[in-house]
Amino acid sequence: MPDVLTRTVGPPLAPSTLPDERAARRTLRDQIARLENELSQLFCSTWPRTNMPRPLVAGRGGGPRLLSLGELEELRDDLADRVADSRRALSDRTWVEEQNRRLIEQMLLAPERYKWVRVSHEDIGEPGCRHWHVRPRWSFIGMLMGWWRVVISSGCPLAT
Amino acid sequence: MNELELVDGWVEPELADEFPQLSLVHARMEVHPGPSPRELKQRLRMLADRYTGGKVVHMRQDPVPWAYRVFSRQVGIDPDTDRTPVEGVALRRLKQGGLQSENVVDDALTIAIAETGVPLIALDADHVDGKLGLRLARSGETLGETRPLSARQLVIADGERPVAVVLGEVGENAGVTPETEHMILCALGVKGVPRISLEEALWCAAETLYT
Repeated sequence: MPDVLTRTVGPPLAPSTLPDERAARRTLRDQIARLENELSQLFCSTWPRTNMPRPLVAGRGGGPRLLSLGELEELRDDLADRVADSRRALSDRTWVEEQNRRLIEQMLLAPERYKWVRVSHEDIGEPGCRHWHVRPRWSFIGMLMGWWRVVISSGCPLAT
Repeated sequence: MNELELVDGWVEPELADEFPQLSLVHARMEVHPGPSPRELKQRLRMLADRYTGGKVVHMRQDPVPWAYRVFSRQVGIDPDTDRTPVEGVALRRLKQGGLQSENVVDDALTIAIAETGVPLIALDADHVDGKLGLRLARSGETLGETRPLSARQLVIADGERPVAVVLGEVGENAGVTPETEHMILCALGVKGVPRISLEEALWCAAETLYT
C-alpha cells in the first residue's frame, strides 16, 4: 500500500498524433463568412443614417496570413459581438424613428398641441432635408389667436 | 489585340488545403507605360460618373466584392480598414470626386477592378523568375529588399522570392516601371468568385491597355 501511495507519476503522455484541426478551421471560416454577411446586411440597412456606430472589427495584424485556430475563434467571437451590437443599435434607432413618424401624424392632426416642434427627414431615417415644422399662421397674430399649422419644407437648399 | 494566354499559377499544398478555391490566374503581355491617352481618361470619367454613395454602400453585398471581403476577414484583415481593391477604387472616387488618371497601366487596372470587382496586380515580367504562384512566406523573407514579411503571410511568389503580398503591395523590384516592356497581369481568385470573372478582369485590363 505505501508503495502505491508514494509511487512517482511521470510526465503526462503526449498524443502520438497531432489533432486534425481542419474540420474545426473549416467550420470557423464558414461561421466568419456568415457573420460577415450579416454585418454587411446590417451596415447596408443603416443607409442613409449617418451617425450609426461603424461595424469595425479590428484586423489581426501582420497582414494577410494563415490564422491559428485560436485567432479564428477570437475573430468569430468579435464578429458575433459586433453583429449583436449593430443589430441592437439599429433596432433602437428604428424605434425612435417610428416614434417620430407618429409624432408627425399627431402634429398634422393637432398642430396647436405641438407648438414649434420640428421633425426632419433624418429623424425618421430618410434621405433628404425635408422637415415638418409647427408654426403659427400669420406670425404674431397666429400665436395670439392659436392658429397653428404644420409647414413642410420643400427639401434641400440649392447648391450655390 | 492578340489572344491572351492565361496561365494558372501554382498554390502551395498547405494553402490549397486551407482555401481550396484560392487561385491565381495570370497572363503575359507587352506594355508601353506612359500617360494615358485621351480615350482612356474619358473612360475613367464615365466610370466615375456611375458611382453614387448608395451604390458604394451596397457594393459590399454584391457577390464578388463580398467574396473578397470574406476572404480578407479569414486571413486576418479588416476590410473596413484595409479596403479590398474594388472598395478602394470606389472610396477613392467618393473622396476625390472622380477617378484621377495616373498612367496607362494603373488606369487599366482601375477600370478592370471597378468593372469586375476582381483584384489585379501588374508585375514586370523581366524581373520575375519562373512561374508565379501563391504560398506562405517563410520566416526571415522580405518583400523586395527591405520590407520584412511575417511568417505564414500570404504572398504571390515566383520560383525564388515573394513578389507581392496577397491583396497588398507589390515588391519594389517586381512592379511595373516606365522602362517595363513586358508585363504579367495577375488576378486573384477566392471562394465564391467564378473563374470566368478572373478571365473577364484580365481581358478587361488587356483590352483597355490596347485601346
